[in-house]
Amino acid sequence: MPSRTVSHGSSGRLRGLFLVMVLVFLESSVFTLAFASSDQHSPTTAHSDGHKATDHGSHNNTGKAFPVLDLNYENVRVPFEISLWVLLASLMKLGFHLVPHLSNIVPESCLLIVVGLLVGGIIRGTGETVPPVLDSKLFFYILLPPIILDAGYFLPIRPFMENLGTILIFAVVGTLWNAFFVGGLLYGVCQIGTESSSILSRIGLLQCLLFGSIISAVDPVAVLAVFEEIHINELLHILVFGESLLNDAVTVVLYHLFEEFSGIGTVTLVKGFLGVISFFVVALGGVLVGVLYGILAAFTSRFTSHTRVIEPLFVFLYSYMAYLSAEIFHLSGIMALIACGAVMRPYVEANISHKSHTTIKYFLKMWSSVSETLIFIFLGVATVAGPHDWNWTFVTVTVILCLVARVIGVVGLTFIINKFRIVKLTTKDQFIIAYGGLRGAIAFSLGFLLEKDHFPEREIFLTAIITVIFFTVFVQGMTIKPLVELLAVKKKQEAKRSINEEIHTQFLDHLLTGIEDICGHYGHHHWKDKLNRFNKKYVKKCLIAGERSKEPQLIAFYHKMEMKQAIQLVESGGGIKLPSAMPSTVSMQNIQPRPPTKPAAERAIPQLSKTKEEEIRKILRTNLQRTRQRLRSYNRHTLVADPYEDGLSDLFLKKQKMFQIEKKVIFRMNHSGIKKAPNSRDEPVLCLHIPDNLANNQF
Amino acid sequence: MGSRASRLLREEEIEEIKKETGFSHSQITRLYSRFTSLDKGENGTLSREDFQRIPELAINPLGDRIINAFFPEGEDQVNFRGFMRTLAHFRPIEDNEKNKNPSATEPLNSRTNKLLFAFRLYDLDRDDKISRDELLQVLRMMVGVNISDEQLGSIADRTIQEADTNGDSCISFNEFIKASFVVNIHICTVVLVLVNI
Repeated sequence: MPSRTVSHGSSGRLRGLFLVMVLVFLESSVFTLAFASSDQHSPTTAHSDGHKATDHGSHNNTGKAFPVLDLNYENVRVPFEISLWVLLASLMKLGFHLVPHLSNIVPESCLLIVVGLLVGGIIRGTGETVPPVLDSKLFFYILLPPIILDAGYFLPIRPFMENLGTILIFAVVGTLWNAFFVGGLLYGVCQIGTESSSILSRIGLLQCLLFGSIISAVDPVAVLAVFEEIHINELLHILVFGESLLNDAVTVVLYHLFEEFSGIGTVTLVKGFLGVISFFVVALGGVLVGVLYGILAAFTSRFTSHTRVIEPLFVFLYSYMAYLSAEIFHLSGIMALIACGAVMRPYVEANISHKSHTTIKYFLKMWSSVSETLIFIFLGVATVAGPHDWNWTFVTVTVILCLVARVIGVVGLTFIINKFRIVKLTTKDQFIIAYGGLRGAIAFSLGFLLEKDHFPEREIFLTAIITVIFFTVFVQGMTIKPLVELLAVKKKQEAKRSINEEIHTQFLDHLLTGIEDICGHYGHHHWKDKLNRFNKKYVKKCLIAGERSKEPQLIAFYHKMEMKQAIQLVESGGGIKLPSAMPSTVSMQNIQPRPPTKPAAERAIPQLSKTKEEEIRKILRTNLQRTRQRLRSYNRHTLVADPYEDGLSDLFLKKQKMFQIEKKVIFRMNHSGIKKAPNSRDEPVLCLHIPDNLANNQF
Repeated sequence: MGSRASRLLREEEIEEIKKETGFSHSQITRLYSRFTSLDKGENGTLSREDFQRIPELAINPLGDRIINAFFPEGEDQVNFRGFMRTLAHFRPIEDNEKNKNPSATEPLNSRTNKLLFAFRLYDLDRDDKISRDELLQVLRMMVGVNISDEQLGSIADRTIQEADTNGDSCISFNEFIKASFVVNIHICTVVLVLVNI
């Protein structure tokens, strides 16, 4: 099948690309029209009421013609514009993948910023004022949460926890170092390097430190956007990404601290000490809020077995509430969101249906994808829009200092961290970590939030922030992929997690816990084991409904694997025989010890007599048919009784029943002395029955 | 070695153990104090009951097997040297050790020896193969009593099918290395952060 579509592919892609370009052109023209008309309408809104009154009056008097076609843009203006932006973002995403080779060279984030610049340029070119799209409220409350929730819900817990110490040191100490280094040196340069009359020398130390703290935080959105495309190994990915998530607490504290200090003007030791305390409050408080909402969500999902349709909604709502609640108290919303997603995931996934799981996954991916696209486009537009104050010294010094600070910070911290790590970080790793420290829209939004009266140099700051963002996203973003290839950094292992790995990981966990106990050493494994035991004994019973609360992890993993395989089987049309984890061959293996010389392909199956065969087929048919009859009629409040899912769990039961039936049959046969002969005819028959019925059940 | 009732560890012994296992001086003394605290009979050796007295080990699914790993073939007592020899498998891998003495035997905490130790915990009858039954036993220990035999059987079959490359429906040591995602072996290290230096 792949060969057939290649020839159609290239012409199809060009056609698609052409269509997309046409659509984009139409859309931008609609945009300008929209802005133009909105400008025309807005001065008239004040008069519109008066007009309406007179219109009514004149309506009665003069008998005006009934407007068959009327233009009323004001009513739909806001939703219309929002939809236009989202549509533009989605079309862009579509378009990039149709252009051959472009997405390989240039990361998507760069292209999106360029598009934003173009759109902003077009709007400005037509003489309209560019709307302030990257409004901080919009950014922090609408655009950012989906991305963070997506990251937190699908966070790989095990590598994250194993490297938590390293991540925390990079996030906290690294960001602090960056902030003070950049802020301090910038202040020095402003004071010393320029004449006393220039605007730069009027920037105080606190303002510089505030600027440093804004610019020093690694941005999760940018990191995600770039690292997603380069597929580096899991360790580096989790280190840089984890750092970008956890440094939010530091950024929040530093930002509020310096903002308040520069408002008041005096710094005392007590305030500094309070700042340190507030860091712990912000970080731990955020996590606590997240955990609380996560537990609530898990508990709620326990009771949703009768209302499967709204299950995903609970996940989204509780997470968003966690984010907003943390923001109320000035705690770290990002950490709350991550904690909420990570905590609720194992329990919610045990409780919700397969369809809800798919829904959650795809909604999160969709929202985060659209958000990310919009953020980058808006960055471009805001660059065109924003009031700029370009100052060569300030901007270049900032860029250089950011790079230097990052490199020194990473190298220095790695030197200390490697003393405590089992798997040391090599120079290559350090380079990627330093190079992957991208800045993004969070820095811009924080800068945008600054008030003009406290910070007269706000425009200089914004210009510098945008320059740093552009530099990191364009230069570092574009070159990181070839550098990764050049340095031969280990890539992500594509292999899926196998049952062998799972068994072996658990085995090693138990082994190491045992050794730690023998040594009397309360280490990493000891506490992890205690946590697991607590989880199994108390938490799972509370938060997971029904029988699944007692299911061991290994069994749950195996079930998931089997389900994936069964789905693959049905999707491929049922023509492929399942690998030998099928009841017939397995039970054969149980009963007859295979001679070691026999090749794996041939399995000796005793020949069933015709009558026995018919018996088995009849049993299978009737049992599987019963599943189909359980389909209920559809209404909006219940999903179609997931026949797929029910069928699958029934499939396991049927498999087990088949084991027993076959065992009995074989047992009887062995006793009646029927000759054994290799017969592969039975296998496909037994295999195909299930997929056929299952495929029917799906509809 | 005969039963030594002495409570103090002599310097020459410490040096010998250091050379054999690679532990540092402070680690050896600390582990010796742990050894003596476990040794209720005060005869310089540990028996299986001494190990079973550790409460956390009793609830560990692999507890019995780990204890057995300390005792050499057929013996019921293990002295301090044997104790340390087994624990030496769990020191962090040091790559520079290989360069020091290429003619010497592989250090106990090398990657291969760590994997061999883990392999021997599965393979009780020491025939250098993990058979289906041995795998079933391990799975049964890890999973508990609520799961049916057939389900465990299919898991075991799936595991062997994934790992088995030469078709003998057993997992040999080489297949074990390949299948068990070797990066994991870095986990097979207990980082002994010790207080007294």
